[in-house]
Amino acid sequence: MNFELTKEQQMVKDMVKEFAEKEVAPKAVHVDKTGEFPVQTFEKMGQLGLLGIPFPEKYGGSGGDTISYAIAVEEIGKACGSTGLSYAAAVSLGASPIYYFGTEEQKQHFLVPLASGKGLGAFGLTEPNAGSDAGGTRTKAVLEGDEYVINGEKCFITNAEYAKTITVTAVTGKDERGKNIISAILVPTDTAGLTINSNYEKLGVRGSNTSEIILENVRVPKENLLGDPTGGFKQFLYTLDGGRISIAALSVGIAQAALEKAINYAKERTQFGQPIAKFQAIQFKLADMAMEIELARNMVYKAAWLKDNGKPFTKESAYAKLFASEAGFRACNQAVQIHGGYGYMREYEVERYLRDIKLMEIGEGTSEIQRLVIARQLV
Amino acid sequence: MNIFVLMKRTFDTEEKISISGGKINEDGAEFIINPYDEYAIEEAIQVRDAQGGEVTVITVGSEEAEKQLRTALAMGADKAVLINTEDDLEYSDQFTTAKILAEYLKDKDADLIIGGNVAIDGGSGQVGPRVAELLNIPYVTTITNLEINGSTVTVVRDVEGDSEVIETSLPLLVTAQQGLNEPRYPSLPGIMKAKKKPLDELELDDLDLEEDDVEAKTKTIEIYLPAQKQAGKVLEGELADQVKELVSLLHNEAKVV
Repeated sequence: MNFELTKEQQMVKDMVKEFAEKEVAPKAVHVDKTGEFPVQTFEKMGQLGLLGIPFPEKYGGSGGDTISYAIAVEEIGKACGSTGLSYAAAVSLGASPIYYFGTEEQKQHFLVPLASGKGLGAFGLTEPNAGSDAGGTRTKAVLEGDEYVINGEKCFITNAEYAKTITVTAVTGKDERGKNIISAILVPTDTAGLTINSNYEKLGVRGSNTSEIILENVRVPKENLLGDPTGGFKQFLYTLDGGRISIAALSVGIAQAALEKAINYAKERTQFGQPIAKFQAIQFKLADMAMEIELARNMVYKAAWLKDNGKPFTKESAYAKLFASEAGFRACNQAVQIHGGYGYMREYEVERYLRDIKLMEIGEGTSEIQRLVIARQLV
Repeated sequence: MNIFVLMKRTFDTEEKISISGGKINEDGAEFIINPYDEYAIEEAIQVRDAQGGEVTVITVGSEEAEKQLRTALAMGADKAVLINTEDDLEYSDQFTTAKILAEYLKDKDADLIIGGNVAIDGGSGQVGPRVAELLNIPYVTTITNLEINGSTVTVVRDVEGDSEVIETSLPLLVTAQQGLNEPRYPSLPGIMKAKKKPLDELELDDLDLEEDDVEAKTKTIEIYLPAQKQAGKVLEGELADQVKELVSLLHNEAKVV
């Protein structure tokens, strides 16, 4: 048992922290206010190899591990929740499924540009009537000659407008029990018939791109089918297991930012003749926040470690995501409370953390779905 | 081109520093590459990329400095050397460090040696020039630009805000001033590759040096934090009276007029 980061992990942490403080944090207020996607930040992150941390060098990646990646998500998310979310989605949902399930040719063609930071990826799973309930998927892909013809609609897709490739899930047939077979198909975003709209008005993570995708007779070569043609369901469950680690790491980052702001404010703000940090009511809040954040971080590292070591991590990544997002929400809420009236004002930034972190209890499987995932591993 | 960088691991002066038992408390301190040495590392990498050759980063210190050496390797240096004096030396000064570095460098055929202009902890700015003296090569301190054309080197030196242009030749030692370049972040692939790059560890023995040869020439008598700033004084009353009081305070209390 060893709780110390390796030298490489420590170096990743130092580098990303410095990068995030200098390049990401100064834009966070603007990104939130305008909802502008921070394209330049992603170009810089790509050049530094951040978009390819958990992928081998031969696929354009950096050859790092999941723990390093989780550390990077935490540090970017601490500086800006919007940037953190788009980062987590680009790696965990955009690029990872191609790495896990792609053929050598698909990896060279689709993964290399994403891992080397020349483009972003997106994962088109959620539909108006289907998300975690994948059985409700309506998007259909029909094989015509050498091409799949895809029709359907996807919603709430992170990064789609800025993506090079979207992995789209679609019904490709029925099995012997009459149940839908779901496959994953790689769709380049410049394919004819693909329309991407980004008209959502969101509570938080406003600078992260969220899009609706309409597929009308979108034709892609049948070679674009990703992995097992009948195993799309299993594939995206595995993909989501990995994604949960990054959402948990992002929650820890946002909550850590809220804690630091709250501590600084509590030391400066004087009421009844002394800094409010001297009051036990405030101290207890800070103690709970710090403790829960550290517990969440430990769970993130454990889930990432399990994944790195090829061990099952479904339950642990759900623990991490569920606990980190709920504890993170509590921490951000208390950070606003400690700031009082000022906390309700944008200028103090803690209200942004609260708006941003709310998504963590919803995206990539709600807290309720996480409890289902955990319970299924128990009984 | 055979390029060497002199690097120091130092505590981060932007973090809180505390003193206990006459020493800087290392427990709470954050340790970094001396920021001026980061310019040196960046410049060395740029010169190598333009002219070919190899960049070796050297430090004199303890095992702990491996992290900063690895960071330099992750930025793009080719090799690192740690001269570990932890077991041999209890106290060292600029003379000690310069002597050790010069002894290491004397048979390395260095074309260019780059160091930081000063370290942000001690701030003496002596090690670079001392090494150049011991190696008997020219040196230019606090440089803000470096151009190498064959064996001719044109250097711009910062002189208290003005610029001095100096022409000199290789081999040469320079020390880097802020503004020389913009140090890069170590990239992720760089960090991963750094662990495979050579990092040699030497001790005084390996350099045929005895403790007496490098014994410090100075003694540190005391280390203390700057005095706490006193609260200011706000004068009150009629303006004319305030001016009178101010002049009197400046004269009698502050003793500046």
